[in-house]
Amino acid sequence: MSEVTKTVVLGNKYGLHVRPATMLAQAAARFQSELSISKDGVEVDGKSVLEMISLGAECGSELIIRAEGDDAAEAVASLEELVKSRFHEEE
Amino acid sequence: MEFRQGIGVSPGIAIAEAFILDYEDVRITPFRQDEGPEACHREVERFERGLEAAVGEMQAISERIQEEVGDAVSSMFTGFSAILLDKKLKDDIVQKIRDNRFTAEYAVSRAFRKVKNMFRAKDNEFFASRLRDIGDIENRLLRHLVGEHGAGLKHLSSPVVLIAKDLSPSQTATLPRDKIVGFATDAGGRTSHTAILAKSLGIPAVVGLKAITSDVSGGDLVILDGSKGRVIVAPDATTQRDYRARRQRQIEFARGLDSLRDVPAETLDGHLIRLQANIEYPHEIPAALEKGAQGIGLYRTEFLYGPDQPNPTEEDHFEAYSSAITELAGRPLVIRTLDLGADKFLPEKARHEANPFLGSRSIRYCFERIDLFKAQLRAIYRASALGPVSIMLPMISALSELKKARSVIQDVVEELQRGNVRIDADIDIGCMIEVPSAAIAADILARETKFFSIGTNDLVQYTLAVDRTNERVAHLYQPAHPAVFRLIWQAVAAAHRERIGVSLCGELAGEVMYVIPLIGLGCSELSMSSSQIPTVKKVIRSITMRDAKRIVERIFKLSDARETESFLRERVRQIEPELL
Repeated sequence: MSEVTKTVVLGNKYGLHVRPATMLAQAAARFQSELSISKDGVEVDGKSVLEMISLGAECGSELIIRAEGDDAAEAVASLEELVKSRFHEEE
Repeated sequence: MEFRQGIGVSPGIAIAEAFILDYEDVRITPFRQDEGPEACHREVERFERGLEAAVGEMQAISERIQEEVGDAVSSMFTGFSAILLDKKLKDDIVQKIRDNRFTAEYAVSRAFRKVKNMFRAKDNEFFASRLRDIGDIENRLLRHLVGEHGAGLKHLSSPVVLIAKDLSPSQTATLPRDKIVGFATDAGGRTSHTAILAKSLGIPAVVGLKAITSDVSGGDLVILDGSKGRVIVAPDATTQRDYRARRQRQIEFARGLDSLRDVPAETLDGHLIRLQANIEYPHEIPAALEKGAQGIGLYRTEFLYGPDQPNPTEEDHFEAYSSAITELAGRPLVIRTLDLGADKFLPEKARHEANPFLGSRSIRYCFERIDLFKAQLRAIYRASALGPVSIMLPMISALSELKKARSVIQDVVEELQRGNVRIDADIDIGCMIEVPSAAIAADILARETKFFSIGTNDLVQYTLAVDRTNERVAHLYQPAHPAVFRLIWQAVAAAHRERIGVSLCGELAGEVMYVIPLIGLGCSELSMSSSQIPTVKKVIRSITMRDAKRIVERIFKLSDARETESFLRERVRQIEPELL
């Protein structure tokens, strides 16, 4: 069991709204690890769309992805990849 | 227990379950009838089935939209189903069902309320627009849970406090009035439709609560205090007891008022005042007579118009007037000609006017649409053969308008007479005094008309240049402003000099505080929401005309609206504190 954290910057135009949050939650659901996302010291469940939206993270916000569990490293990498891809949003 | 402050527009206390109208007729029953683990298990299963159905529906919508419009929009619905499937939300709902004997729908409503509150607390635009989405998702889930079996608004079996964003005339027309014990709305001001309706029905109401539709879950117990403009959500036991006792005192006081129904509105020194009712629809007449109305002093005929009936015919008018006359059985009926425009319905596409209250409304609009005006006038004259009616012209601002209206009326009378239609050609034609120019030049108008009716809602708004539905300036709306009293006095004095009738049909007539100065000024007729009649009668029967005149003299020496208000309030308190 391990804990992995990673800081990323949200780059998509509209921030962490319903669609990106859904994508993160769907990705997170594939892992055993507990996943959380935090912004400005507020930490929420990375598997809950509602909680992630409630962060109100806008473009340029700094997010910390944290995972705890056997597949923590893969989980964090997967979520990081999604954020970096800007959720495949067209500009 | 939470308190919400709005604007109290119809007094009294209501204690009942909340029914939220915006849920499109979904009635939420808060608690399960059965206790025990089995019932709980059934309820959780019912929630899960409802959830599955709602998610299925979202996905179907998403697929259909993807075919029609493409990914961008359809992914929104995928997002919606993701929210429905959110584990945290689901756990919260199941927890609520297990711990509190909640029904599935009530647990859903409570859980979503928490989410909505969280979003609202963020106070930025992103969350504001998501709120609507969350509300939509909730509604879909609720519909699957309550489905066809849910008791809709039409099938209410127990009393409810109706909660809505706003109430339109067409909505209120179909409400089961006997089951609604209170109204609370997000929008609206003192002169909104909800306010007028609630007053005429004698149902306590609070408007302008801003977010009451999301502060309350359907099925919550609420206390509504229409006198103080307050709504208490989920009150504790002590508060409930306190309010039930207060309601009881009010009911007893009201019973005492009911006993005044058949006695005259006479001052202690024998001056008789005529008390009449304001109505929007003829079906309100029996209730008005029940309250002791001696006639109808203001029939707002523009309510014949509405989205459901944008173009009433002469026959529609005639039918309404003749049924009103029949109900009144010989008592007088004052029909105000169409007061369309500004804040009221217009039977055509909205025309842009930079300032509709100073634009083509009311009598000005009637002059633009002589066809509508004439249809109404023909109907009034045809009905005049059936019983006593008179015509009241609204928004007159100059003699020329009064003369113009009378010449249209003359044309109609002659046309009808040529056609040998039975009419009473001599019915009284009066004009409303609701524009400052009419009050200032009342002596000129008084020579050309049979009666004045002072409309205080508009008179105050135009005199003080204040829109009281605008919360930023509503505090400047002061009926007790010295300028308003002086204008009313001028109009009454002009009417007395020409020996024509003068009544007052604005909201002021029904406000306890103003009754004494109005009769002291010489208004011999007051027309108001029928629910106010017993209280006003009580005030009149408790004072002498001499005192009322002294009070007027005193008011004319006061220079500030606040001073006048507190002076008047004190006088009423001396008569009977419960009146306030």
